[in-house]
Amino acid sequence: MSIELFGLLLQASIYTVTISLVSIFISFFRGVPLLVQLLLIYNLLPAVGINVPSIVAAIIGLSLCTAAYQAENLRGGFASVPLGLVESAEMVGLTPRQIFRRIKVPIALRLTFPALVNEAILILKASSLVSVVGIVELTRMAQDLAGSTFLPLQIFASAGLIYLVINWVVTLAGGLIASRLPGVPR
Amino acid sequence: MTFDINVLIGQWPAILSGAGVTIMIWVLGTIAAAVMGFLLAIARQYGGMVVDKILGVIVAVLRGTPFLIQIFLVYYGGPFIGLELDPLPAGLIGISIYGAAYFSEIFRSGFQAVPKGHIEAGECVGLTRGQIIRRILLPEMTMLVLPPSVNMVVILMKETAVLSIITVPELTATLSAIGSQQYAFVEALSALALFYWVLVEVTGWLGNLVETKLSRFRFFNA
Repeated sequence: MSIELFGLLLQASIYTVTISLVSIFISFFRGVPLLVQLLLIYNLLPAVGINVPSIVAAIIGLSLCTAAYQAENLRGGFASVPLGLVESAEMVGLTPRQIFRRIKVPIALRLTFPALVNEAILILKASSLVSVVGIVELTRMAQDLAGSTFLPLQIFASAGLIYLVINWVVTLAGGLIASRLPGVPR
Repeated sequence: MTFDINVLIGQWPAILSGAGVTIMIWVLGTIAAAVMGFLLAIARQYGGMVVDKILGVIVAVLRGTPFLIQIFLVYYGGPFIGLELDPLPAGLIGISIYGAAYFSEIFRSGFQAVPKGHIEAGECVGLTRGQIIRRILLPEMTMLVLPPSVNMVVILMKETAVLSIITVPELTATLSAIGSQQYAFVEALSALALFYWVLVEVTGWLGNLVETKLSRFRFFNA
């Protein structure tokens, strides 16, 4: 009896600890500017003895940041899966695992798809910040060109236009995919 | 890895000044962005089709390009069109314009959520357009635009860090400099992250507080 109770308590506390750790993670990555996160990861990893190329540090930084935002989106998606569907799945004898995989995940993903596209665009724009950790991407290239050609107005406007075009393609593709997704039951 | 917080304590005047600049840019930038955004939204609502279309394109471009590119355009491109600016004013102008685009969309969605009947009723009893905006649109949309506005205020706070790249002497620039001079990156950047984290959490908490206090002004469910 007491062992069972202990087990239950342990399970409950693991649950609570996990929840708090996840919410601290989300709060941190949503509360700290991405630039600071990138600087932190770029400098912290070598300080603890992990040497990674700066592009890896940048990808880790962008991924952690967007993961925090997408976690919130997905949470909303899972919360709006109609209860009736879950109950009927239970009625026909699906296991909790099957319900998760076959009912909740597909519906939540469809519901959060527009938010996912939105997040992809935010990350596209945020990726300009990785230029500060020395990665030669579009923004850094524009900076170098603006310095060597003395045409900052034209160069940065063109870079902006390229971002705009990528953005537009992602939005278009997102809309196309969203319209092809099977209907969401309500 | 050593963690010596004393490195930072010795530099407190510089850090304080950096934090001051960050908060100043944030507050001034947010106010300017909200006012400009409101004017943009009004112009798009009442300025006719042509104005709406032109402003719509400008807003889409501002929302579709990275903030960093925008401030590079203002700071490095400005002198070529006779706009020679120091980093601080350039940053302030940049963040205000950037924020205005987002605020205008927030206010526009607020305008559109106010029931048409309320505006028509105002017109019927002879209110002028100014009175309708001030007495019907603004109070009715306040509760609707509050949550996204708080969100935007938080986003602008975080965007101020980007201004360190054009050497605005705000907190990110200050602490990065201290980090490299004293070779204390970990301490400096941890303090930096903590500063923003606390400020963002406090802002969010204040936003919730205001929302609860103002909830009696909720005119309709939307």
